[in-house]
Amino acid sequence: MPWLRLLGNLWLVLAIGAGHAVAADYKQIAGGHFASVLPADEKAADMQVAPYELRVTPVSNAEFLAFVTKSTEWQRDRIARVFADAQYLSHWITSDGIDRAQRDQPVTHVSWFAAQAFCESEGARLPTWLEWEFAAAADTARKDARADPAWREQILSWYSRPSNSALAAVGGPANVYGIRDLHGLVWEWVDDFNALLVSTDSRDQNDPDRLKFCGAGAMSLRDLNNYAVLMRIAMLSSLKAADTTANVGFRCTKIGAGEKS
Amino acid sequence: MKPAMRLFSSLAAMSFAFTLAGCGGGISGAQAMTSAEGSQHGDFGPPQGEPIHAVLTSPPHVPPPTHRKAPAKVIVDLEVIEKEMPISEGVTYTFWTFGGTVPGSFIRIRQGDTVEFHLKNNPNNKMPHNIDLHGVTGPGGGAASSFTAPGHESQFTFKALNQGIYVYHCATAPVGMHVANGMYGLILIEPPEGLPAVDHEYYVMQGDFYTTGKYREKGAQPFDMEKAIDEKPTYVLFNGAEGALTGDKALSAKTNETVRLFVGNGGPNLVSSFHVIGEIFDRVQQEGGTHPQENVQTTLIPAGGAAIVQFHTEVPGSYVLVDHSIFRAFNKGALAILKVDGAENKAIYSGKEVDSVYLGDRAGPNLAAVSHATSAAASGKLTKEDQVKAGAQLFSGTCSVCHQANGAGLAGVFPPLAKSDLIAADPKRPIQILLRGLNGKVTVNGKDYNSVMPPMSQLNDDEVANIVTYVLNSWDNPGGQVTAEEVAKVRAAPAPAPAAGH
Repeated sequence: MPWLRLLGNLWLVLAIGAGHAVAADYKQIAGGHFASVLPADEKAADMQVAPYELRVTPVSNAEFLAFVTKSTEWQRDRIARVFADAQYLSHWITSDGIDRAQRDQPVTHVSWFAAQAFCESEGARLPTWLEWEFAAAADTARKDARADPAWREQILSWYSRPSNSALAAVGGPANVYGIRDLHGLVWEWVDDFNALLVSTDSRDQNDPDRLKFCGAGAMSLRDLNNYAVLMRIAMLSSLKAADTTANVGFRCTKIGAGEKS
Repeated sequence: MKPAMRLFSSLAAMSFAFTLAGCGGGISGAQAMTSAEGSQHGDFGPPQGEPIHAVLTSPPHVPPPTHRKAPAKVIVDLEVIEKEMPISEGVTYTFWTFGGTVPGSFIRIRQGDTVEFHLKNNPNNKMPHNIDLHGVTGPGGGAASSFTAPGHESQFTFKALNQGIYVYHCATAPVGMHVANGMYGLILIEPPEGLPAVDHEYYVMQGDFYTTGKYREKGAQPFDMEKAIDEKPTYVLFNGAEGALTGDKALSAKTNETVRLFVGNGGPNLVSSFHVIGEIFDRVQQEGGTHPQENVQTTLIPAGGAAIVQFHTEVPGSYVLVDHSIFRAFNKGALAILKVDGAENKAIYSGKEVDSVYLGDRAGPNLAAVSHATSAAASGKLTKEDQVKAGAQLFSGTCSVCHQANGAGLAGVFPPLAKSDLIAADPKRPIQILLRGLNGKVTVNGKDYNSVMPPMSQLNDDEVANIVTYVLNSWDNPGGQVTAEEVAKVRAAPAPAPAAGH
């Protein structure tokens, strides 16, 4: 119906206004030693995480709309196929208009390329897996809650629900760093998503020729019991950079003062 | 394969095309060539004719025979769907499925076929998935080539070299969890000559399930990794749900028919001792074996394995399919029914011919109190104490096996008689229950029970009166006394409507 579309476009204008008015919120994370599920030496060594700033919430549809309105080459009918598959932003009403209800939902149906481009527009980049995992190990009170069965339960209860209902708005409860929605809303792209799993058949983890799959990024999982994290790695490694799905979104990491870009 | 042999096999493949047209009798080249000779001899050359889309069926149904005489190109479209479904009455579970069912869609092809496999991961799914078909010869059984993100599709092609019944399953990390959530099914690779015709073919697959709640605990139950690692399932099921193959959904056949079951076991952990109560398998073909075992009572189906079992029906009735690791059948759900209709065959099975009293140790001295009560009743001097004493001895013989000597019952299976709110609500109801049995759901002291107590029709009026009086005066029950006359009256009255049943 034309008048509905008009409303949608009206909303588009508002969205651009909002996008300009409020700069995205980032929080400082000090980093430190961290027992990643992907150990540094492929056995047990801790990773060293440098200080970084992480975006408080995943990028919303409204925020992404503001981005493609400015950088029109990232609109769904203009983007080159090598950068995003045919489902890219397919949940939007038009290439530059979203439904009011989608405003605060995390943007999904975005490719890794598009996510990276958005982050650059905020003077940022996608977090590495390690940066993402470091922040996501926390709960509301602890920096590392991973040994707590309740922490795993909460993650798994989200995994076990198919995503056929509408996504919630961004802005869930903050963890100890003030970061929100790391669990329970969407999967999130990370910078090095394609270097996580040793092979596409997860069972041959000790195969000597695994290096052929991802070279220096080849790693093995330290904590096989932490299957909540393992499943996220499996999910990310099933993707190619141009892929988009109904439940993969992203957030960004600010390039810190000490970091060269 | 040596060049000379390859030449031979392609010649053989050509000859199939001719026999197809001629429909001649005799042993085909394929039969001569393939029996028990393995994958080397399963390559009948390139696919012939137009590609065929495989018919996929939901359990317990099996696609029709291929009736093909030459290798074909077969396209299989299988979609992965994550969905919440009942696992038991009032209990739901989020299953991950191949084709929307547990087990997944049944795939039927012919040895030598070239299969173009399309694995689709529904856009609403949260997880990546893949498929490892045990019928595939190649690394990972297709797993590495089919790793698929939600909203995407993978394609790979294989040639079915070995005939037999094979399991397929998801092999995405964590593999055990994907399998435990129901991601398995069967693929039948027919021998070139096909399987002999039978009256019924059914698809049954066992799996073990791990929920955080107890067996039959109501509501949506999440997966429990700890229980899965400990190999302590909450449910052991045929076709993914308690009741999937019972009641209206029971398998059916008539007498004097041949039934073929394709029986798989998805695991992830347990090995099945598959048995059909009241039948003997005439033939059991393990996996792709060409030397079937005959006259088998119970056959092992390993996790990740399958068998084709076949038997002939003689006598009508309900035949119960179980995992004969028998607690799984009666306490974890591994139970299905094959209902056979037709005329009785008394020459083979008579049904019950004699039902007479056998006193056993009741005749002995430990039932002195019973004899005393009987004579006291006869002389009209029966007291409540006599009845309680006699009732106690009868109870220990007849009732305590299930309800326990202390009246506590067995949690979740046999309701307690001790301090029972059901008895307190109607102290005369136990008479009714003893005489007519109790079938179906009943709530005692806040807990639901759903089992069957048969009528205790072997007990006479005196005995029922004594047992009920004993129960009423034991374990904090309200007390009171029941006379043989009261029992006689209940026995004479027509059965109340809801309890009628069978």
